[in-house]
Amino acid sequence: MKVIYIEKAQWASGLEKAGDSFRLWGPVRRGQFYAFEELAGGQVPALDFRNTRLSAKGLVYPQSEKMFEYTLDPGQPDHDLLKEAQKDYSPRAVLGIRPCDADAFELVARNFDTPEYQDPYWLRAREAVTLVGLACAAPCSTCFCTSAGSGPFSTKGLDILLVDSGGNFLAQVATPKGEAFAQAAGWRQPADDAAAAEIDRQRQVAEARIDSHVATERLRQQDTLTLHAAPFWDDVAFACINCGTCTYLCPTCWCFDIQDETHGRQGVRLRNWDSCMFPLFTLHGSGHNPRGQKVQRVRQRFMHKLKYYVDKYENGIQCVGCGRCVRHCPVNIDIRKVCELMNSYTLAGDSCAVVS
Amino acid sequence: MRAYTEKIREIARRLLEACTVERVLGFRRGSVPMMNAPCFVKTPAEAANLVWDSNCGINLANYLTSRSEKIGIFAKGCDSRNIVTHIIENKIRREQLVIIGVPCHGMIDRHRIAAMADGEIREVVEDENNIIVQGDGFKKVHNRHDVLQANCAVCTHRNPVIYDELVADLVEEPGDVDRYRDVREIEALSAEGKWDFFDDLLHDCIRCYACRNACPLCYCPTCFVDESRPQWVGKSQDPVDVRTFHFLRAYHCAGRCTDCGACERACPVGINMRVFTKKLEKDCLEKFGWEAGLSLEARPPLDAYRPDDPDDFIR
Amino acid sequence: MQNPYLPYAVRIEDIITETEDKNLKTFKLAFENPADEEKFAYAAGQFAELSVTGKGEIPIGIASSPTEKGFVMFTVNKVGLVSSHLHTMQPGDLMGIRGPLGNSYPWELLEGKNVVIIGGGFAFTTLRASIVYMLDPANRSRFGDIHVIYGARSPGMLLYRDELAGWEARDDIHMHITVDATDDPHWKYNVGFVPTITEKKAPQADAETYAIICGPPIMIKFTQPVLDNLGYGHDHIIMSLENRMKCGIGMCGRCNIGRHFVCKDGPVFTLAQLNGMPKEY
Repeated sequence: MKVIYIEKAQWASGLEKAGDSFRLWGPVRRGQFYAFEELAGGQVPALDFRNTRLSAKGLVYPQSEKMFEYTLDPGQPDHDLLKEAQKDYSPRAVLGIRPCDADAFELVARNFDTPEYQDPYWLRAREAVTLVGLACAAPCSTCFCTSAGSGPFSTKGLDILLVDSGGNFLAQVATPKGEAFAQAAGWRQPADDAAAAEIDRQRQVAEARIDSHVATERLRQQDTLTLHAAPFWDDVAFACINCGTCTYLCPTCWCFDIQDETHGRQGVRLRNWDSCMFPLFTLHGSGHNPRGQKVQRVRQRFMHKLKYYVDKYENGIQCVGCGRCVRHCPVNIDIRKVCELMNSYTLAGDSCAVVS
Repeated sequence: MRAYTEKIREIARRLLEACTVERVLGFRRGSVPMMNAPCFVKTPAEAANLVWDSNCGINLANYLTSRSEKIGIFAKGCDSRNIVTHIIENKIRREQLVIIGVPCHGMIDRHRIAAMADGEIREVVEDENNIIVQGDGFKKVHNRHDVLQANCAVCTHRNPVIYDELVADLVEEPGDVDRYRDVREIEALSAEGKWDFFDDLLHDCIRCYACRNACPLCYCPTCFVDESRPQWVGKSQDPVDVRTFHFLRAYHCAGRCTDCGACERACPVGINMRVFTKKLEKDCLEKFGWEAGLSLEARPPLDAYRPDDPDDFIR
Repeated sequence: MQNPYLPYAVRIEDIITETEDKNLKTFKLAFENPADEEKFAYAAGQFAELSVTGKGEIPIGIASSPTEKGFVMFTVNKVGLVSSHLHTMQPGDLMGIRGPLGNSYPWELLEGKNVVIIGGGFAFTTLRASIVYMLDPANRSRFGDIHVIYGARSPGMLLYRDELAGWEARDDIHMHITVDATDDPHWKYNVGFVPTITEKKAPQADAETYAIICGPPIMIKFTQPVLDNLGYGHDHIIMSLENRMKCGIGMCGRCNIGRHFVCKDGPVFTLAQLNGMPKEY
């Protein structure tokens, strides 16, 4: 993979130049945490963060997004017809995204880009965005990306990976989109073999710092109904307050709701993030609710991420190990523990089963 | 706190062994620093998992709503006041409960402590007066009083108001506390100033409803924000809808809120929505001399009619 | 890029109040743009999202058969926001439909087979589509015996009553219409619950006979043991499910049963398939 040097002195000026052809987003400090915000001209992203509180998923998949517009005014010839909402899909770059969050886009693509249907909103926004990632030299104790198919220096989903090397960034340019962004920023000083060795050295150090490891290798072979009926769900779910913190902070949770909102005679059809934690998510018109109980909803969240997704795509778990849900769950429900329970579960009386 | 933990385990074991209760509601050690998780202990052996320290800020009354078992519950001052409110509002019966009072020294503010640290916090331990925070390459010692949750710092009901037994001797209630300085500061703002203040306050809300769901008062089967016929509130991130949610929720808690801080503690984006409920709490105190959850006998002000009500419209 | 969320514009041609409680109405819809009708090529058992601008969308089984040209038909129970509003709409009004969505009854598999249709209440819509489809002169010879067991609470709650009478008069379909109870002295069909009538009237199972069952949960619960007794293998029992849906294309996440989406992988599953799935429907 091509590596270039970016002297830190050229960082701000490069971004300024890139700003001519890209809208730029980056982490900005908001009180006690960091959030991705659009950068004003000349503004540089704050890169001293561990990770942003919310992932970058909202930049491609906004929490509330206009799908269509309409008028209900019978005097208008197009009344009651949905018209595509005008969108800005001009090129943009997200600076400083962590490798785990970039990998999340690859996972989520499996939902929005299918052989039968393509979600035009997600796909166009994803196409428009260039991801300039920042390698994670100091992962958190709650990070388990290396157990989840990602890693602190993974380039999955990224167009450029920046590695901080003191006075400069070593930038791995992973895709043509990354190449175009580097061009736009005027970063073109090729790095030598020593740079690749330095990146590799830092990667090994960072990976070794991850002390949270989650076993997932038996999830695929577990029987769905057996896991579904496992006795541990009541205990896992007891403390859960069924808020949307885990799902909304998660970079890989993609569920949404569709709503019409009318003001006067003008309106929009919107989609909003939704959460499997909310009872309304599955409530039938009749009042029947297939996941009306808290324990059913908690089980759904974990079964989806750690079993249904695993079986459906045969591409690992629906989790990149960013650890947000672990850090911010108000009642400390820890996906690492739940994954361990699911992975190691054997039916009672089946304790002699060979664990591969 | 170690003494509390030992006593708590002993009491839980005794209650379960004697079948005085079917379940005991308490806390177990969490998997990350400054987090304990509510747990339902079912057997005497499991009582050994119970802990008590300054990270038990979640209001356990939230877990009592409409339960049918006989339950032993550990209750700080605020939890006990919400248990009273639950009993008054017929969400649980007094006879179902064995309330083990936990005189409270205040819970610590995990968000603030994390923000003050020079890196990721790996471990937090505490002694009588200090909170010792450690991470990679740093160690910080905070005086407990400096890092209390904001609601705990102004709490005047640290002792449980209702209990069957106590974990320890009652603590001294702080006498001279200015509970509403923050509310007065907002009251003093101009209309424009208030607008800007609320705008900024709610800027980061993601409508995850952690505040609502952590709140023991918010037990409506269908919250007004989820109601679709009629739909009172839009479901998008429109600031008007976000504000409507917070304002209306606060009003629903008027005369009921004990300022337990569960909402603020649960919020993943650090919103101090307590300013809303505190304003109503202050109004209830000033207009009706009312503090929620202190007595099983008195009806809350919005739940009672008096012929001598000071307001004309209701007479 | 084709936007799968954009409905085709349709105009309401006709509205028929089906039941005596007036809670079920059939909407006959015609495409505003005739080319859309071709794009909306469907099979019996599929559904569509009915879109009412300003109110939202609801997933409803297609009640017309693909052999019926020039319109599509949906029978809608008045339940929630969208369906209630739909019930106030008039012929001539404009709305949208999105689809066809989901799989269908397995028509290739059913070719040359005997088909036993068992339906209850207002879940008869895609079953009507199936019957009309199989009875079409071009198709009738492709299927063996056709039995229909259809029940409702009372005679006035049966859907498509004129058509039912027409099918009763034919000799190439065995109709077993039933009501839970009636005081109508002129009622000439069965009285009794669907499971009971199934026990009496459904043919014994064999490898060449498939049952398609669609109805309220309580009917399914009591009919299934009857089919077991008659010897129907669970891969010969075909069911159509409902779950709350929004997108209809397997993306919004709410209608899943295990790894399967009712909207995209279903709504039609065999009982054998359902046996391997969590009971979250």
